[in-house]
Amino acid sequence: MKDVRRQKSRLKFLLQDWRLYSMMLIPIVWYLVFCYKPMYGLIIAFQKYNIFGGIAGSDYIGFENFRFVFEMRDFSIALVNTLWLNFLDLIFGFPMPIILAIMLNEMRLIKLKKMSQTMLYLPHFLSWVIIGGMVLEIFSPTTGLINATLLKTGLVSGNVPFLTDGHLWRFTYVLVGVWQSMGWGTILYLAAITGLDMNLFEAAQIDGANKLQQIWHVTLPGIRSTIVVLLIMNIGRMMSIGFDRPYIIGNTLVQDYCDVISTFVYRAGIINGQVARATAIGMFQSVVGLVLITIANTVSRMFDEQGIW
Amino acid sequence: MTSKTASYTPSIVRRRGAGQVVLTCVMMLFVLVCLLPFVNVIAISLSSKSAILRGAVSFWPVEFSTKAYEAIFKDSTMFTSLWFTVKITVIYTFIAMVLTILMAFPLSMRRLKGRKIFMLFIVFTMYFSGGTIPIYLNVKQLGMLDTQWSLIIPGLISTFNIIILKNFFDGLPYELNEAAYIDGANDYQILLRIYLPLSFSSLATLALFYAVGKWNSFSDALYYISSRSLQPLQLKLYNLIKGGQSIEVTVQEGSANDLGSSISESIESATIIFATLPILLVYPFVQRYFVAGVTMGAVKG
Repeated sequence: MKDVRRQKSRLKFLLQDWRLYSMMLIPIVWYLVFCYKPMYGLIIAFQKYNIFGGIAGSDYIGFENFRFVFEMRDFSIALVNTLWLNFLDLIFGFPMPIILAIMLNEMRLIKLKKMSQTMLYLPHFLSWVIIGGMVLEIFSPTTGLINATLLKTGLVSGNVPFLTDGHLWRFTYVLVGVWQSMGWGTILYLAAITGLDMNLFEAAQIDGANKLQQIWHVTLPGIRSTIVVLLIMNIGRMMSIGFDRPYIIGNTLVQDYCDVISTFVYRAGIINGQVARATAIGMFQSVVGLVLITIANTVSRMFDEQGIW
Repeated sequence: MTSKTASYTPSIVRRRGAGQVVLTCVMMLFVLVCLLPFVNVIAISLSSKSAILRGAVSFWPVEFSTKAYEAIFKDSTMFTSLWFTVKITVIYTFIAMVLTILMAFPLSMRRLKGRKIFMLFIVFTMYFSGGTIPIYLNVKQLGMLDTQWSLIIPGLISTFNIIILKNFFDGLPYELNEAAYIDGANDYQILLRIYLPLSFSSLATLALFYAVGKWNSFSDALYYISSRSLQPLQLKLYNLIKGGQSIEVTVQEGSANDLGSSISESIESATIIFATLPILLVYPFVQRYFVAGVTMGAVKG
């Protein structure tokens, strides 16, 4: 009796809310076609893919594609580069927004602070193509701003090959990344600092703490959970790397340093047409990435009850 | 007591004053680091080729010349590309906004059955995706390759933006909804007449997120577009820079063909400025919306 009533009420809810469900119809179809269907398409990683037969008309070969890919020299280079560049980004890129946010927070001239923020956020809104073009001009040999300045000041005797020497290329890549993201990264920290209890600062001041001591003993502990959560999430994303930045800043002279998983997949799959093998690489990356991010989420939840979402 | 505070306060002010000067100077240094690359590129775009070749251009045009800009304005394909980019950005932003609203609104209705499942359905795509190649094959299979729809449809919805909007809708008082319901309004009317007008600033923020994202997007055009007439500005700029780069490499290797390199350098710079200008023009006015959007997204949902 009770069950019937509950079923009836469930049906009533469905009927009553049909408008809400109908709203979601198109977005859900989009998700199915453009997110979930490609996930189904991962099956070709286990196939000897036949372009004309599609998924249904291709034979399964188990993990053959994965085995082949893992033995490729270029793949291991791309994997190592991905981890290397992400690691360098983390070491040099992660602390900058924290330092900048604390500095911005301490600025007393509000107009100047607002203006600084506007300027610092700007690089975030430029496409990597535009940044790549600027990098090419500024770091170019002899005539570029940086090389010309270095030559004039006599700090170096010849050109510094910022874009054509592998190790220097890595340096340039990281430098440009820090330049692009340091300002934008301050936003979350600034929000966290604004949320701190002002009484704590007052109390510290009364206890005789100077500015640096206040920052060390009040501000930093106050935003610790934000820092830890963002750090863990960043570590969780170690396996994934954007396509635009390494592809655009990179060039053929530093191929062994700038080739990462995303650019390798593009070259293998779309340019060279090795569809199944490129899919296998992508799948490997996605699965490892999912595992890492799940671990990161769980760990960050331990530090901060709310997690990121 | 009073004398003690009087002697105490000035020292704090003085100390803070010195610290503020140092702090401001360091901050200005960072601001300059963010700005100088632009100044340099603008200066190059307005300088003569011999000055560029001498490496004499830093932050001010040397031997002022507008030849590079004239070259761009003569090139009609540049405007075709600009117009095409504007067109797909507008279409994309419009459709993306409609779908984002249509998904976020029901998800914020507490009475909706299966809300958790729908939420999981969309959030999962943030953590796992089919990857470049299956998505490419999907676009190909749907016959979108080398059409403008390949730049619009596959990357249409951002789950992150849906969550931002859902969080915002969650913050609106639920009583509004109930009151309107009792007055006989249906969900579509509630969305259109009550929720949307109340969330104008959030909607503006999200529309900007979508528009800037599309304006700057490059890889989808690289993957899907082969016709010259369908090249968005970013892809066109990339091809131009890549062309310039190969010239530069030959110069570096000792060829005497310096002319080609310098021409391409000033034109390159002018094109970079040309492509950046739309962003720079709207940026000061919309910047605060972006900041609001990011902090909005950080609020737990």
